[in-house]
Amino acid sequence: MSDIAPTRPVPVTTEPPLVRALLIGLAVAFVALFLFAPLVTVFAEALAEGGRGVIAALSLPDARAAIAMTLTIAAIAVPLNAVFGIAAAWAIAKFDFRGKAVLITLIDLPFSVSPVVAGLTLVLLFGANSALGAWLMANDIRIVFALPGIVLATLFVTFPFVARELIPVMIEQGRAEEEAALTLGAPGWRIFLTVTLPNTRWALLYGVLLSNARAMGEFGAVAVVSGKIRGETATMPTMVEMFYNEYLSVAAFSLAAVLALLALLTLLLKSLLEWRHADLLAATRRH
Amino acid sequence: MYHTIQIGAHTLAQGTFIRSLGDGRIEIDAGHARLSGRPVADPKPPAAGGVLGALRTALTAAPLRGGILAAVAALGLVMAGPTPAAAQDSVEILNVSYDPTREFYRDYNALFTAWWTAQGNAPVTIRQSHGGAGAQARAVIDGLAATVVTLALSADIDQIAERTGRIPADWQSRLPHNAAPYASTIVFLVREGNPRGIADWDDLVAEGVQVITPNPKTSGGARWNFLAAWAYADRNGLDPREFVGALYRNVPVLDTGARGATTTFTQRGIGHVLLAWENEAFLALAELGEDAFDIVVPSVSILAEPPVSLVDGNITSDAQRAAAEAYLAHLYSPEAQALALRHHYRARDTSLAAPDDVARFPELELVTIAEFGGWSVVQPAFFGDGGIFDQIYEE
Amino acid sequence: MRPGLLRTPSPLPGFGLSFGIMMTMLSLVVLLPLAALLGRGLAIGPAELWDMVNSRRIWAALTLSFRAALVASLVNLVFGLLLAWVLVRYRFWGRRLIDAAVDLPFALPTAVAGIALTALYAPNGVFGQALAPLGLQVAYTELGIWLALVFIGLPFVVRTVQPVIEELEPDLEEVSATLGARRTTTLCRVILPALTPALLTGFALALARSVGEYGSVIFIAGNIPGLTEIAPLLIVIRLEEYNYDAAAAIGIAMLVISFALLLAINAIQIWSRRRIGLV
Repeated sequence: MSDIAPTRPVPVTTEPPLVRALLIGLAVAFVALFLFAPLVTVFAEALAEGGRGVIAALSLPDARAAIAMTLTIAAIAVPLNAVFGIAAAWAIAKFDFRGKAVLITLIDLPFSVSPVVAGLTLVLLFGANSALGAWLMANDIRIVFALPGIVLATLFVTFPFVARELIPVMIEQGRAEEEAALTLGAPGWRIFLTVTLPNTRWALLYGVLLSNARAMGEFGAVAVVSGKIRGETATMPTMVEMFYNEYLSVAAFSLAAVLALLALLTLLLKSLLEWRHADLLAATRRH
Repeated sequence: MYHTIQIGAHTLAQGTFIRSLGDGRIEIDAGHARLSGRPVADPKPPAAGGVLGALRTALTAAPLRGGILAAVAALGLVMAGPTPAAAQDSVEILNVSYDPTREFYRDYNALFTAWWTAQGNAPVTIRQSHGGAGAQARAVIDGLAATVVTLALSADIDQIAERTGRIPADWQSRLPHNAAPYASTIVFLVREGNPRGIADWDDLVAEGVQVITPNPKTSGGARWNFLAAWAYADRNGLDPREFVGALYRNVPVLDTGARGATTTFTQRGIGHVLLAWENEAFLALAELGEDAFDIVVPSVSILAEPPVSLVDGNITSDAQRAAAEAYLAHLYSPEAQALALRHHYRARDTSLAAPDDVARFPELELVTIAEFGGWSVVQPAFFGDGGIFDQIYEE
Repeated sequence: MRPGLLRTPSPLPGFGLSFGIMMTMLSLVVLLPLAALLGRGLAIGPAELWDMVNSRRIWAALTLSFRAALVASLVNLVFGLLLAWVLVRYRFWGRRLIDAAVDLPFALPTAVAGIALTALYAPNGVFGQALAPLGLQVAYTELGIWLALVFIGLPFVVRTVQPVIEELEPDLEEVSATLGARRTTTLCRVILPALTPALLTGFALALARSVGEYGSVIFIAGNIPGLTEIAPLLIVIRLEEYNYDAAAAIGIAMLVISFALLLAINAIQIWSRRRIGLV
C-alpha cells in the first residue's frame, strides 16, 4: 500500500541545476550590464588612439602631477584611517561603555552625508568667511584649496571603512584570548600584535583596500575643496574631469583607466590572498 | 608698485604701469609724463649709471611728487640690491579662470613667460585653475589664493570684490575696455546641413525643437545665452519673459557648465541646436570635425565681455605684483590679441593677427550688458533666488 | 583614562588610548565639520531655515533624490542578494572576477562612472540605441538617475550580505529539509530571516550613499528643475548664488531625512534580530 515510488533525489540544501544556472546567468548579466559595460567603455575610450595615446597622455606633466597628488593623499589618509579603525574597534569591541550605540552610528554618519555637503562643511569651517578660516589665512596656514583640505575631505568620505570591517570581527572574537595573554603577563602592545592583529588581519586588510580604493576615486567632496589648480591640487579624479572638458578624451579616460586598474589590482590582491590563505581565513572569517 | 624702464642708454625712469606696447616696451606714468621703454627687472639691481640716471631723471622732474617717489624707489632698489638670491626666486601667478578659456590661456601662458623672461625678468611660474565661473569665483571668495582672475562675467569679479575686499571696487577701470581684453558672443551650433532650418531665435521656440543650453544658475555662459534671447524678443516686439520661457520649455537637458552642454549636444546627439559661446562653437568645429556641425549666426546677439582683474589682496610680493600686472596688461599686446583671435575670441587689436582669424567673425547686431543696466542689476533680477529664471520653472 | 565611562571594568589595557584616538579623530574629521554645518543652521534660525527649504522646487528635488535612491536601493537589495548568494554558494567560471568587480563602484571616480554610463545609455550610445525601439530613453530621464544610483549602491548590499551567507550553518537547512520543508520553504522561512538584518544594513547604507550622490548623476540626469534636478545639485546651485545659508539649509534637510531613515532602518533591524533570536 505504500505510495513510495522511486524518485530522483530532490536536492535539499541547494537548488536544482536549472535554477542554479538561471540564477548564475542573471547575476552575470547584471554584473556585465551594470559593472563591466561602464568599465569596458572607459578602457575602450582610453585606447581609442592606441597604446601610444595612453602613454602620451599619462606622460603629460599635469597627469603625472595628479597621479602623484592622489598617491600622496592616499598615503596620508589610508594609514590615518587604519589607525582610527583599529583604535575604534579595540575600544568598541573589547570594552563595555555608555553611548556605544550612538558612537557606532556616528562612525557610520559619513556614509549618509552627500560628498557635496562634506565639502561644503569643510569650506564653512575653514573657508575665508569663517572666523577660524580668517585666522588661518592671517597666519598663512592653508587648509582648503591645499593638501590638508583635500586630505580632510578624503578622510571624511573613507572614514567608516576600516572601522566597519574591524568592529564586527573583533566583537565576534571576544576577548578571551587577550585576557588569557594578559594572565600570562604579556604587555598590552604585545597582546595586540601577537593575538588581536593576527586574528583580525583579513578584516583590516580588506578595510584598508576598500578605503584606499575609495580614497583614490573620491570626486565630489574633493572637487569642492581642491581649487583645481593644475599640477598642484588637482587629483586624478578632478584631472579626469578637466581633461574631459578640454576635449582630451583619451587623456581623461587613460587616467580613469589607471584608477580602475589600481582598484582592480588591489581587489585582485585581496582575492589572491583570500585564495592562498583560504583555511586560515575560514577560521577567522569576519561576520 | 613702480615699474622701472630704460629710457636712454644710461637713463631709467620709474612710474605706475599703464600698458604694454607689445614690442617688449611698456608705458608708464612717471608723475610728470608718460614714458615708454623696455622694463628693467624689478628685483635686479640696476647698473650704477642706471641708478644715477634714474636719480637724474627723478631730480630733473622735481618738484613733482612722482619723480621724488621714483628717486626714493630707485634708492630702495640699490639698498635691496645685494640680494641676488631673492632676485632669482621664481614668482608664481595663479590664474583662476572659467571653462572655455583653457586652450587660450595654455598658449598665452607660454607666450607671456617667453616674453617676460626675454625682458630680463626672473622666470614666472603660471598655474591655471579652470571650472564653472561661479564655482571659481566662490573658491576665490573662500580663500583660493588667486593672483589674477579671468572670469566669464564682471558680476563674478564684483562678488569677489564685494565679499572679500581683496579687489578694489573700481577694478573695471584699471584696464582698457572695461578690463575685458577680448570679447565673444553667443551663436547657434546646429547639426550638419541645418536639418531643422534654424536661422534665428524665433525658430528655437517652435514646437518640437530641442535646445541645449547650460543652467544659468551654474554657468556664466548660460547667462549670456539667456540675455541674448531676451534681447532678441525685446527688439522684435515680443514679450521677452514669455519668449524665454517658451525657449526653456524646449530645453531637455540643463548641464551645469558650458562644456557639459557642448558634450551633450555633440557627443550624445541630444537636441537640434546648441546655444554656445562663439569661441566654443568654433572650437567644437575644429575638435570634432567641420562636417558634423554648422554655425548659425542669429540676427541679434549679446556682446559678452569676459573681464580680468588682479586680486590685490592675495599679492605677497612686489615682484609678484609686477609680474601679475604685466601678465594682465600683456593680454592687450598685439601678439596676445592675435592669439585670442586665433582662439576665436573677438579681440580688438588685429594688427598682428592672421587675416583668416579676423575674417571668420560674422557681422551681427550685438547688444551690450549696459542696455540691461549692467550686471549689478541683471544678476539679482534675472538669475538670483526667485529671479526671472526661477519663475520660469516655478510655473 | 576615563574609568567613569566603562560600564563594567575590563582587565584589558589600552581603553584610554584607543578611546582617545577614536574620539579625537571622530571629532576632527566628522563632528567638527558637521557641527559647523549645524551651527550655521542654528545661526540662521529654524523659522528661516524652514522658509528656505519650503519651496516646491526644493521639495521636488528632495522627493526625487529619495525616490530614486529608494528605487535603486530596492533593485540593489534584490540583485545584491542574488549576487551574494551566487558568489558564495555556486562555483562557476569567472566567479572570482565577478567577486572582485563588485567593489568597482567604490574605486571608479563617480564622474567617470557618470560619463561612461551616459556614453552607453545616451540615445546614440550602444545600449541607448538598443533601447530606443522599445520607446525607452534612459539617459537624461529619471531612469538614468536610477541607473547611476544602482551602480553606486551595489557593493554596499553585496558586501554586507556576503559574509553572512558564508557563515550560515548548513545544518539548519538540512534540519529544515528533514522536517519535510521544500527548498523554497527553507529559503523563505529559514535563510531569508537569517539574512534580513544584513540585508537591511546593506539597504540602509546603499540608500544613504545614493541619496547624496552627485558626481555620477549630474552627467546622466537632465537636471531640469522639478523633473530631473536632484537635491545635491540644488545645493551646488545655491552655492553658485553665493547663498551659503540656503545651501546649508538644504544640506541640513538632507542630513535630517537620511538620518531619520537610517534610524528607522536600524530600529527594524534590531526588531528583526530579536524576532529571529539573534542578538
